[in-house]
Amino acid sequence: MKNSKIITTDGLIKRFPVGGGEFTALNDINLSFGKGEFAGLVGPSGSGKTTLLNIFGSLDTPSEGKVVVLDQSIGELTHKEAAKMRNKYLGFIFQTYNLLPVYTVYENVEFPLLLLDTSAEECRKSVLDALEWVGLTDKLKSRPAQLSGGESQRVAIARAMVKKPEVVLADEPTANLDAANSHHILQTMEKLNRELNTTFIFATHDEKVIRYLRRKISLEDGRVVNDEYLMDE
Amino acid sequence: MIRFLLKGILRDRHRSLFPILIVSSGVMLTVLIQCWISGVLGEIIDTSAAFSTGHVKIMSRAYAENVGQIPNDLALTGVESLTGELRQDYPNINWIKRIHFGGLLDAPDEMGETRSQGPVMGMAVQLFSETSGEVQRLNIEKSLIRGYLPERAGEILISDVFATKLNVNPGDVVTLMSSTMCGSMAMQNYTVAGTVSFGVVAMDRSAMIMDISDAQMVLDMDDAAGEILGYFENNVYSDQKAKNVVAAFNAQYEHDDDEFAPIMLRLADQNGLDSMLDYVAGLIGAFIAIFVFAMSIVLWNAGLIGGLRRYGEVGLRLAIGENKSHVYYSMIMESVLIGLLGSVIGTAIGLGISYYLQTVGFDISELTKNVTMMIPSVFRAHVTPHAYYIGFVPGLFSTVLGTALAGIGIYRRKTAQLFKELEV
Repeated sequence: MKNSKIITTDGLIKRFPVGGGEFTALNDINLSFGKGEFAGLVGPSGSGKTTLLNIFGSLDTPSEGKVVVLDQSIGELTHKEAAKMRNKYLGFIFQTYNLLPVYTVYENVEFPLLLLDTSAEECRKSVLDALEWVGLTDKLKSRPAQLSGGESQRVAIARAMVKKPEVVLADEPTANLDAANSHHILQTMEKLNRELNTTFIFATHDEKVIRYLRRKISLEDGRVVNDEYLMDE
Repeated sequence: MIRFLLKGILRDRHRSLFPILIVSSGVMLTVLIQCWISGVLGEIIDTSAAFSTGHVKIMSRAYAENVGQIPNDLALTGVESLTGELRQDYPNINWIKRIHFGGLLDAPDEMGETRSQGPVMGMAVQLFSETSGEVQRLNIEKSLIRGYLPERAGEILISDVFATKLNVNPGDVVTLMSSTMCGSMAMQNYTVAGTVSFGVVAMDRSAMIMDISDAQMVLDMDDAAGEILGYFENNVYSDQKAKNVVAAFNAQYEHDDDEFAPIMLRLADQNGLDSMLDYVAGLIGAFIAIFVFAMSIVLWNAGLIGGLRRYGEVGLRLAIGENKSHVYYSMIMESVLIGLLGSVIGTAIGLGISYYLQTVGFDISELTKNVTMMIPSVFRAHVTPHAYYIGFVPGLFSTVLGTALAGIGIYRRKTAQLFKELEV
């Protein structure tokens, strides 16, 4: 299972219109990700990390080439189909957590399941499981404003994981956290990766994150300049 | 999902309390103004109909042309046969005769010398006729301040303000000096049976009320009357019904060139009421249209600001996999809920204040001391069936329209930018 390819790119090119011309954000990207990978797209700002993550997350489409995520060609999906794929199979973790401030921790984590029409009983079990994975079962009724940055990001992880997605896409998840909280978060994600066999793909330039990666894909000016496995799995 | 969204609305005051306050304030104003205008307009119409215009009025053509001068020399004659025909042709209309006249009322002392006197506006009605309904229509019994209702010929009522001015009390004898239908001088003594206050400025200033038989006698108007008024059943005015009756009646005299031939006018044709009714109807329509427009802009802006506040939330929902149409739909449903709730609250408050103003009214007698129109001295709101739903038009429509316009941004939003946007 670990070797089955869940994301593949073939000659991926992404261009954006800039002024009268075009800017090539990604150029001839050929990658594949297997089930259960813990990989990172690493590079300086403007190297194309977030653009690539956007395309993996069906938030954007390639200009040229082919990208297949979970057997679905991203360029051929309608808005509705893309939303459905994100809803069912993908989890997102953002730099700024993006918790809904008027809802409790429990309700924030519950939200993706409501979109999937999960039964109330199943919903409750899944939310409690997710909060247990991130060690926040004592904060069920807290509001985001009452949480620390680390706790907020753990809630965001629980929200991304609650539907047990195939892939979690994390964009600079530790950018707003101190070292201790960053390690805590990364350990949590690593644990979930191992236990649930969920694929994690990061966009980062944080050394703390890079130390946890098992695969590091370096990008520069929209091209893959290095793709290496950092430790044996 | 619905429960989840409801929780959000209830907890976020920017999404619930403030919009509801805006909507309910606007709706409350709409209901209140609608009730107030209906009340004022209704009072003016009812008062005019009762004291002056009837629902339809028949005069001679010449009298109608100079009606402001009360030209009794141009009054209708042969009114007994005419009213007989009218009762036969229009049995559902109550036909009554009236004579208006002006004169001087003199209050003598014990020696018969003038103690006080003043100009009087006389109105002769079928006071002693039980079928005429004039006592009820003019609300004379309830308007009685002192004394009793005239019971026999030679007894009159005068307005309480006028009686005080002349220092006249019930039981006193007063002398009316006027002119007859033929232009000669008329003079007659009457006993003041009582004093009245109608709450109608023009009447309360110097009114004198007597039975029509007394007036016919003193003014030499045997079988004559200045006006024949018609009132529809239950005293409810219907403009369409009035138009039909007027058209049918006037058609009979279409080819008659006699200036004394009768002509019938409907309520709205008299005293400029038609243009006033049109004006007020236009005013209500314009007010509601302006209000809907203004509320739409306010709520559109509120929706935009709310949308901006919730930009992150909407972005997150899109990123998590919620459909744009579903997000838009949920925002519209939220606005329907807010609009409904605001409309219900606003309508309830508006009706509450309107009921209060209907009961208590607003006394404008100080402002209308010199007004000669038949307008009541106390204006009241009137809660009509429309008032129960009229506020929902701007309340619900504006809210939903505002949100619908503000929510268009959702469709324009590029999901490709979500990662970047959500990092702000």
